[in-house]
Amino acid sequence: MRMPKVLQRFLHPVLMILVGLAGLLVVTQVYATGESLLAGIMLVTLACFLWIYTSSKTYAYRYLFPGIGAALIFVVFPMLYTIRIGFSNYSSKNLLNFQRSTQYLLEETYRGEGATYTSELHADGRRWRLRLEDAESGKVFVSEPITLGPEKPITIKAEPLGIPLMGDEMPMKDLIEQQAFLKGITVKMPDGNQVRMTGLREFAPSKQQYTRNPDGSLTNHQDGSLLRPNMKTGFYETPSGDPVDPGFQVDIGWKHYFSIFTDAAIREPFLQIFVWTVTFAFLSVLFTVSLGMVLAVLLNWEALRFRSVYRLMLFLPYAIPGFISILVFKGLFNANFGEINLILHGLFGLKPSWFSDPFLAKTMILIVNTWLGFPYMMVVCMGLIKAIPPDLYEASAVAGAGPLTNFFKITLPLVIRPLTPLLISSFAFNFNNFVLINLLTGGRPDILNTSLPAGTTDLLATYTYRIAFEDSGQQFGLAAAISAVIFLMVAVISIIQIRATNITQDDRR
Amino acid sequence: MAIVIDKSQRWRVVAAHVFMIGLCALVIFPLLIVVAISLRPGNFATGSLIPETISLEHWRFALGIPTPGPDGQMITPDLPVLRWLWNSVKVATASATVALFLSTTAAYAFARMRFVGKKSALLGLTLMQMFPTILALIAIHAIFSRIGHAFPLLGIDSHWALVLAYSGGIALHVWTIKGFYETIPVEIEEAAIVDGATPWQAFWRVLLPMSLPILVVVFLLAFIGAIIEYPQASVLLRTQPNLTLAVGSKQFLYAQKYLWGDFAAAAILSGLPISAVFILAQRWMISGLTSGANKG
Repeated sequence: MRMPKVLQRFLHPVLMILVGLAGLLVVTQVYATGESLLAGIMLVTLACFLWIYTSSKTYAYRYLFPGIGAALIFVVFPMLYTIRIGFSNYSSKNLLNFQRSTQYLLEETYRGEGATYTSELHADGRRWRLRLEDAESGKVFVSEPITLGPEKPITIKAEPLGIPLMGDEMPMKDLIEQQAFLKGITVKMPDGNQVRMTGLREFAPSKQQYTRNPDGSLTNHQDGSLLRPNMKTGFYETPSGDPVDPGFQVDIGWKHYFSIFTDAAIREPFLQIFVWTVTFAFLSVLFTVSLGMVLAVLLNWEALRFRSVYRLMLFLPYAIPGFISILVFKGLFNANFGEINLILHGLFGLKPSWFSDPFLAKTMILIVNTWLGFPYMMVVCMGLIKAIPPDLYEASAVAGAGPLTNFFKITLPLVIRPLTPLLISSFAFNFNNFVLINLLTGGRPDILNTSLPAGTTDLLATYTYRIAFEDSGQQFGLAAAISAVIFLMVAVISIIQIRATNITQDDRR
Repeated sequence: MAIVIDKSQRWRVVAAHVFMIGLCALVIFPLLIVVAISLRPGNFATGSLIPETISLEHWRFALGIPTPGPDGQMITPDLPVLRWLWNSVKVATASATVALFLSTTAAYAFARMRFVGKKSALLGLTLMQMFPTILALIAIHAIFSRIGHAFPLLGIDSHWALVLAYSGGIALHVWTIKGFYETIPVEIEEAAIVDGATPWQAFWRVLLPMSLPILVVVFLLAFIGAIIEYPQASVLLRTQPNLTLAVGSKQFLYAQKYLWGDFAAAAILSGLPISAVFILAQRWMISGLTSGANKG
């Protein structure tokens, strides 16, 4: 298929202009919803896109843009944004931004004076009419017909009932589903009062509780008091200084970062968890590499038969998805019903409580992680051992060396150097082995007497996760600050790893 | 190897076999016992490795088949395992496709073109890989809840949000594909360009078809990676019908609601196909393993 030449020439610029215009339209719409940061990022992305796909100098970047763009937006940006959140008071109490929090308060209502009505919805063809009955006087009013739709504020009029309503009443189940829509309705009664939905079957006069003053304060119409936003605490405050929910996000500077190192209630569990994290990562690497290395040596030993069968079986733990095998072990180690305790009980009369004793829990974690991790080390070591020239072993055999001498004098020294970067990366991986801890113990058993939940088996990564997502406070700001500190630690490990990798590469040259 | 065989060799071989068999038993034991548990009646049953009475109740649970309860009423299992599996497959297929598109194009530029910032971009990709995404979970959660205000379809609890979140993790794939491109002689594409092809056509019509094997491997890698991904999914998905298998499976083993037998059946049902795909793909993955990947 060949396009006419004119079309071919103009297709690209026309397409780009269309994309640009459509993109700008979306960006303005996003900006209108109040998400200025998101709109800004989209605008930058759009500008880069238009520049890269129109300029002839940027040809190579046309291939890079989608991939690198996704990596920057969804990997690099979240990391920087984490550090940023660490400087804010973002938490379940201060969840909304200032605009939304103000908006929320401005939408608050209170019940004014006047009659209360029992409400029912009756079908009128495809539309519905509200039937309002004055609870005291028994007078009945009927609204004009309304069409159910998406949530938006509407005002309708009601008249005294003329002819009785014939349509069926809306069942409770549908009523609950339509609640959001119904809450947006204001009904003007013949006596001039305005009523709004105050219960599933109740309409009553309701008035806007707050109005905004030019200086940014809010007047409370119910008691006439004045609310002022406090940009330090992130709350609107009453004259006596009591905060009013919902709070909003404000910057609080280095407070979270300082409290990690100065506030004893956070520092002590943090230190304890840090020590366990390092211990866990180190022991995990030690155990998996020791077992993996021994197996690799054995599997490279030609005198041993059935090696391929062994290798296939020993590889299995690597093939099973981690989340499944970890949960399987969680069940197997269960103190009362788990198969491991049944066997231990049958053999030795023991019933260790793997999940409530800190030491046993840590032992269990290491056992499980060794089971999960040794096949990887085994495969890696096998590859490295295969690369050792066999004449070295022949020479040592001539010299009369035994297998242990072979291992410590030939195999280990030759393998350890290329292995080092992998060991460090395995250390870094286990340092943040969130999935194992979260699924196996959830960090429990917990450390006693801490202000924030902290577990004896928690790693730093699961500790922050608990602060952010599991504990009821949802202290995103504090958790982000701790994450930023972990970033630094990971950066240190990475530098060591890059150094180690460079050294091995220099060796090869 | 021409090593002289002495007498101790035989004993060492026997000892090695004993060690290997013992270890294989330790590796296989949890797997066999899970099969046994999935066939035992009840969620707290104990018994031998070969169950005396075989009950299919857990398998019915895992497959979502209603079972008659004690009062004769039909009870539908309350954990939608098959739906979770389907969600996982959906998200994994979409994100593997996206990963393939993003990484093949980027790898082409890295392998074949010269441009400013190439070295630092490659270094950046390596560095990025060292920082695990779990450390940015809070930001990811905040970002997607913000995106959700503007585009509800991409907000928290949407599968598309998860696909987007996974789309950034292409560093390793770019390296893998770049390595493969570099084994293909550049002369083939040059010949195509001499014949009048644009660089895009040389990439799309010449290089990509020749790279099919590595594309399959990267697709499988990304697919498995998305299926087993737990941290981001646990933060971004909220309601039960939307969960992926990795997040949902946790709900079997709560202390208050301990569904050990049902979990065993569900684990086999979902673990078997994933493991099979993994073992098929692992042949090509070994080379990738040594470049710094680890089990996730």
